[in-house]
Amino acid sequence: MALPFKKVKSSLTPGWYFMQGNEAAAEGAIAAGCRFYAGYPITPSSEVMGRMVQRLADVGGVFVQMEDEIGSVGALIGASWAGAKALTATAGPGISLMTEGIGYAVITETPCVIIDVQRAGPSTGQATRPGQGDVMQVKWGAHGDNEIVALAPWSVQEMYELTIKAFNFSERFRVPAFVLADEAVGHLRETLVISEEVEVYNRFKAPGLPPFGTDDPRGVPPMPAFGEGENLLVTGSTHDPQGFRKTADPAAHAKLTERLVRKVRDYKEEVIQTESYFLEDAEFGVVSFGFTARAAIQAVKTLRKEGVKIGMLRLVSIWPFAGEAVAELGQKCRAVYVPEMNRGQVAGEIRKYTTRPVIPIPKTNGEVFEPAEIVEAIRRNMP
Amino acid sequence: MKDHPEKKKKNAVIRINQNWCKGCYICLETCPKKVFDKSSEVSEKGVFPVVVARPEDCSSCLQCEMLCPDLAIDVKKGE
Amino acid sequence: MNEKIYQMINPQAFPTPFCPGCGHGILMNAVLRAILELEYDLKDMLFVSGIGCAAWIPSPHFKADTLHTLHGRAIAYATGAKLFNPKLKIMVISGDGDLSAIGGNHLIHAARRNMDLTVVCANNGIYGMTGGQVASTTPLGSRTSTTPKGNQEPPFDLCKLVEAAGATFVARQPVVTPIPLTRTLKRAIVHRGFSFIDVLSPCPTQFGRRNAFRTPHDMLVSLKNTCLSVEKARTMSPEDVKGKILVGEFVNQGEGGQS
Repeated sequence: MALPFKKVKSSLTPGWYFMQGNEAAAEGAIAAGCRFYAGYPITPSSEVMGRMVQRLADVGGVFVQMEDEIGSVGALIGASWAGAKALTATAGPGISLMTEGIGYAVITETPCVIIDVQRAGPSTGQATRPGQGDVMQVKWGAHGDNEIVALAPWSVQEMYELTIKAFNFSERFRVPAFVLADEAVGHLRETLVISEEVEVYNRFKAPGLPPFGTDDPRGVPPMPAFGEGENLLVTGSTHDPQGFRKTADPAAHAKLTERLVRKVRDYKEEVIQTESYFLEDAEFGVVSFGFTARAAIQAVKTLRKEGVKIGMLRLVSIWPFAGEAVAELGQKCRAVYVPEMNRGQVAGEIRKYTTRPVIPIPKTNGEVFEPAEIVEAIRRNMP
Repeated sequence: MKDHPEKKKKNAVIRINQNWCKGCYICLETCPKKVFDKSSEVSEKGVFPVVVARPEDCSSCLQCEMLCPDLAIDVKKGE
Repeated sequence: MNEKIYQMINPQAFPTPFCPGCGHGILMNAVLRAILELEYDLKDMLFVSGIGCAAWIPSPHFKADTLHTLHGRAIAYATGAKLFNPKLKIMVISGDGDLSAIGGNHLIHAARRNMDLTVVCANNGIYGMTGGQVASTTPLGSRTSTTPKGNQEPPFDLCKLVEAAGATFVARQPVVTPIPLTRTLKRAIVHRGFSFIDVLSPCPTQFGRRNAFRTPHDMLVSLKNTCLSVEKARTMSPEDVKGKILVGEFVNQGEGGQS
């Protein structure tokens, strides 16, 4: 289905750049039209904030360093309702603090983007080391049901491109969208190619129409802003399409909670993005995401050289989950291997979609995978 | 006016833990009597630590011991 | 190093992770000296800290019970420990961002309750550990990594904030004058009720380098010249006091008393 994207000129002069992942994400935000940043320092995300303070000054945007992450997510939501594409960057402990605000953004359908540069947890953990342990938290941290969007970059180029996509999805679906990066890709320096144009999606306006409900099958209402004369009733309580609180109305609550989930779930094909490597004749499959996929693809190539018919499915989007792609992988493969820098979060999700043996390859020592480790783990667990 | 011989002063004894000294030179620059010098040899920690060059000039003010951020200096007051 | 102080620390944790010339190291030195001079037993004490360079002062360096908590939450955790075991003598040692920004709410409520805690704020006017971002205490005009053109937001006067919230012992001392600092620390520890010390502690690495201070010593000299004791200030004209940072003891009420 064609979406009303707009092509705009890139904010950086087209060409090749050598940039840090966190900085590239900031550039992606600027390119997507982000003009508001509210954040709080937290390793390993602080470079995003450092870049945004300079770039927002260049483009006439607004920057504020808040007193904590709870304040940051609040400021994002306020700014989004004031009309801004709003960004923050944080890490696991910050997501924990923002979680209540994320839930508020879900029920008020506030577009906003949160970059989570994951680090080794739980809690304070190893602040300067990579991890991938926030996968479940970004989805299920807030109480209640939701369908947030989360994308996992594996390169500096993707830090740029997926941040743009995150903005687009958050505007398209009116949901908070996450860039699930990690310390490794955040602090990595690599080539970034900036092209002439960028596709951006902007929230749609329909003055006079209810902002919190719609009978349109896509289920996404228009997004007005404060100061447009709409007399907005933004509230975290359950509400009707106009925004009036309906805290004792079963029908209203059912309608809202169902629409909030279906507006993304029914259109998840627009978000889901995977990449396949050597899967055509594969008998064994690896599923990986983020920085880990870089080691995983090397492992797959090594095993192929030894004659093992193995391929890889890289999850570029994490949420909504690519259940069908995983099920399809399970159809052809005898086993599915899942290396991740956590104790098996994505592996557990994969088990919902296939009855094949799913073999987690967890690594939580605060270091990235080496291809040999993945090769070794696969060899040790061949059925 | 002194008409008896000066009693021999007992010097202050200043010790610097060369492993803990980070070469910030707060002691060296604060010392009112210029007791300290920078070592010409780099320490195991990769800095040029502080060495006690003129302990006989020390007035036992203890500023160095109190201001050292690394607790690396110990001064036994002189008499 | 002084043998008595050596008994109070975990030597295997030294040398400290602090930068060369870090004011927090000088504060650590002063805290240990204050406890030694008071002849307190570390066994009766609990040190609670949050997240940031300052929070590493007690943990893991003090040979005592230490509670290294979450960012901004030291005072909340200390409140729980104190309420259940009032015999513990609790010192909260943490940074200005930790205590007054993210932790601001817990700070004012503990002050309001006049909880018997000693809160030592290692104030370097910046978020050091994360790369030198602006803090709620950064002076106007200072350069930080998130105020590259100079900070436009007025900073807190932490002493006034805490006094207004209800603290019964409020003081400020710079690390460059270790003797008054140690004396004030002792009074704060002995005080029964909420005691707060704003300790001005320079950060040469993140603050100094961005604001044209070449050495740690330069920062200490500047600090000494900017600080003015509150008693002396009372005898001076307003023009002469302008631009100075007032130090000394501002509030000392209720029991606890002088030493």
